[in-house]
Amino acid sequence: MIKSLDPRVTRAEIDLDNNIEPLRELDQWETFEVFHQKKRGDQHMHVGIVHAPNAEMAFIFGKEQFGRRGISVNIWVVRTRDVYVSDYEDSDIFETVPGKNYREAGGYKVMDKINKYKKGI
Amino acid sequence: MNQNTTDAIKELLYKMADDLLIIGHRNSEWTGLGPILEEDISFSSMAQDKIGQAQALYVLLHELGEQEPDTVAFMRNANQFHNAQLLELPNGEYDFSLVRHFLFDHADQLRFEALATSSYEPVAKVARKVKGELKYHVFHANTWFVKLGSANEESHNRMQAAFNDAWNYALGMFEPSNNEGLLIEEGIFEGEKALFNKWLSNITPYILKAGITIPSSDTWNPVYGGRKGTHTEHLSPLVEEMSEVFRYDPTAEW
Repeated sequence: MIKSLDPRVTRAEIDLDNNIEPLRELDQWETFEVFHQKKRGDQHMHVGIVHAPNAEMAFIFGKEQFGRRGISVNIWVVRTRDVYVSDYEDSDIFETVPGKNYREAGGYKVMDKINKYKKGI
Repeated sequence: MNQNTTDAIKELLYKMADDLLIIGHRNSEWTGLGPILEEDISFSSMAQDKIGQAQALYVLLHELGEQEPDTVAFMRNANQFHNAQLLELPNGEYDFSLVRHFLFDHADQLRFEALATSSYEPVAKVARKVKGELKYHVFHANTWFVKLGSANEESHNRMQAAFNDAWNYALGMFEPSNNEGLLIEEGIFEGEKALFNKWLSNITPYILKAGITIPSSDTWNPVYGGRKGTHTEHLSPLVEEMSEVFRYDPTAEW
């Protein structure tokens, strides 16, 4: 039995010869992705995962895992297996994006015109 | 507010605060030993909430003339505590702890709900503040209780056995109080009898959904005494362990 400085651990009488076995499939339930929203109207942000048997329990766990230190006003949970994940091997489809400045509006200088309009000229 | 009313309010606040402190400590004993990581975290977090709520009430008591919250929490002997005996019982297995969580949190939520409309403003303020926390605690308890009660034969039998063990202690939460007449008159608190009826009608739908049976009323035998300082042999070791660090040096700065 484990003897600890913490009397509660000693009282739990945990066996010292704990045979470590590989986890069985779904031993800890399936995972859910948790998203939280800090303020109504904000985007929900991914904050992590929880193991749970269903969406309701995932919410209950997610609230405490990720909602206990800051304010959230809303939480979404999605089964990890419902999330479509793109392949890392296909990440080359994003490679040419930085070189496409012609798509950006950076060269469109319009603030002066807007301010002039606002002043009623 | 006259002295009699103040004493009556103090009695009520001590009951609630001691319930919360003792169950908060008991539930914290599950930290690191819970059945599933996420549930361990949730249960521990709720235990912290309860201790925070106890502290808020001890602060109110301090404003009414009692000693500092730390002193009140850690320097009393077991026979000076006013918690119901249900809360001091050892954790047992997770089935008992969940059943106790279900039975106590519903009662606690009702107490705070009643006080949120109380004419004594400082306690109404605290009650309104903890409303959100309690909503989650009760939701958590309902979900687990219903799921385990109705899942399969093993889980049902364990929940029913734990429920039977806890029932008379749970009835003891509503021990009649001598001073509550005053509080009822002044609109500060509606009294233990009214609370008990509301509690029973709130928990019954979930008990039915869980497939659990309430022991028949002719076998009811409420375990009273806790409110007057009579406790089981389990409270003293709990109080000693809980207070050990503080008592080592009560004047230390933390």
